Amino acid sequence: MASTDIIIHDEKDNVGVVVIEKITPNQECNCWIMENDKSAKIQSKNEIPLGHKIAMIDLNEGDTILKYGHDIGKVVKSIKKGEHVHVHNVKTKKW
Amino acid sequence: MFMFTMLKLRSGNMEIPKSFLGYKRENGRAGTRNHVIILPVDDISNACAEAVANNIKGTIALPHSYGRLQFGADLELHFRTMIGTGKNPNVAAVIVIGIEPKWTKRIVDAIAKTGKPVEGFSIEGVGDIDTIAKVSKKAQELSMWASEKQREECPMSDLWISVKCGESDTTSGLASNPTVGNLMDKLEPLGVHLCFGETSELTGAENVCAKRGKTKEAQDKFLKTWSNYNDFILKEATDDLSESQPTAGNIAGGLTTIEEKAFGNFQKIGSRQFIDVLEPAEEPKKGKGLYFMDTSSAAAECVTLQAAGGFNIHLFPTGQGNIIGNPIEPVIKLTANPLTVKTMSEHIDVDVSKILSRQMNLDQAGDELIKATIRVANGRLTCAEALGHKEFVMTKLYRSA
Repeated sequence: MASTDIIIHDEKDNVGVVVIEKITPNQECNCWIMENDKSAKIQSKNEIPLGHKIAMIDLNEGDTILKYGHDIGKVVKSIKKGEHVHVHNVKTKKW
Repeated sequence: MFMFTMLKLRSGNMEIPKSFLGYKRENGRAGTRNHVIILPVDDISNACAEAVANNIKGTIALPHSYGRLQFGADLELHFRTMIGTGKNPNVAAVIVIGIEPKWTKRIVDAIAKTGKPVEGFSIEGVGDIDTIAKVSKKAQELSMWASEKQREECPMSDLWISVKCGESDTTSGLASNPTVGNLMDKLEPLGVHLCFGETSELTGAENVCAKRGKTKEAQDKFLKTWSNYNDFILKEATDDLSESQPTAGNIAGGLTTIEEKAFGNFQKIGSRQFIDVLEPAEEPKKGKGLYFMDTSSAAAECVTLQAAGGFNIHLFPTGQGNIIGNPIEPVIKLTANPLTVKTMSEHIDVDVSKILSRQMNLDQAGDELIKATIRVANGRLTCAEALGHKEFVMTKLYRSA
């Protein structure tokens, strides 16, 4: 089994979580989708630390972030596939 | 031998033990600990309670900040927390100290219904020094009495397990919270009581969570409870709650929004359904199974309320490394964050970080957690107990009169 760099909860998710100490820019990352035990690949654009999220597709302002197969917030600044997803480009829809 | 093995419940490759060694109490409950507590009714009785606990070995004082001029639902919650803490089966005997006799007696009388030794003292008209002398004599008697209690074999159904996560990060939702969920799925069929809370930390997942109510009544009660809490937050909020929910620690760990945190939190109940919604510190009355308790999401407040509800062992998944303990309910910590395991090892009872590198699956992690839970139930100290964490924090609903 190849080492896993990123875990994705659900097949529907458009973000994955970094599970190694960090990924570096332009790294070819191995992703594992927990829900269906499938694999995927993605090239990172930024350095992203353990526990932080990476965009699996291009996302535009107003798009919904899906994790666990559910809505976890909205994009407030467009995000390219492979970029770091966090408080600088995503906000809650609740508060 | 073959038949014997076949009859045992299996989980993955592990046989789930059917019993643990606990302290049987007068009312039929069982404790995982054998504390003699000195319980102050109010803030101004703390000094006296702490002096007694200092004098008499084998007792612990539970100082806190409130208990004066409270009224209405807030006062009821204060009494419920005091009384529930005294009734908890991890407590062998109780001494209650208040400034005046009336509220002291109300707490003593309610705890006495369990059949355990409980005695009340008040300070007005006596002063601290003579009260400390009188209480110390009684405390010595109770401490020596309790020290002779022996652990006996108790069925797993005597475990009342509460759960709450803290300083969560994305590894919590990926691994440590689902490990707790795996334990719930395996132990609920054995008749244990289970409890989750953290009302505000289900925000974003409230409708998904509500569907886990076993009855329409439980579902409606949950949504009403969540809405009330959410309305209160919206009323008091002065900003978007950034750094309060999620906390600065959550954000450092990669959690971006309350919704993301909520779905991670929700992993703790596995595939279980809850049978009822409890008020803060309310004792469950509908028998074995999973309960939701309306609590704050602050760790010490939540665990204090769950212990007052009668829960006798606590599971606490953390990401960035929350270090909380409780004076009467042992708090078992687990984490899946390899950096936290490395930097804060003295706080971590169970390391499930191998789930992230896929060297361990959830089923195996759940088994490890069951083993650790039984060892602690049998008497092994948790990290938090060994390090002296005794966070006893009353929930206050509003200002006093």
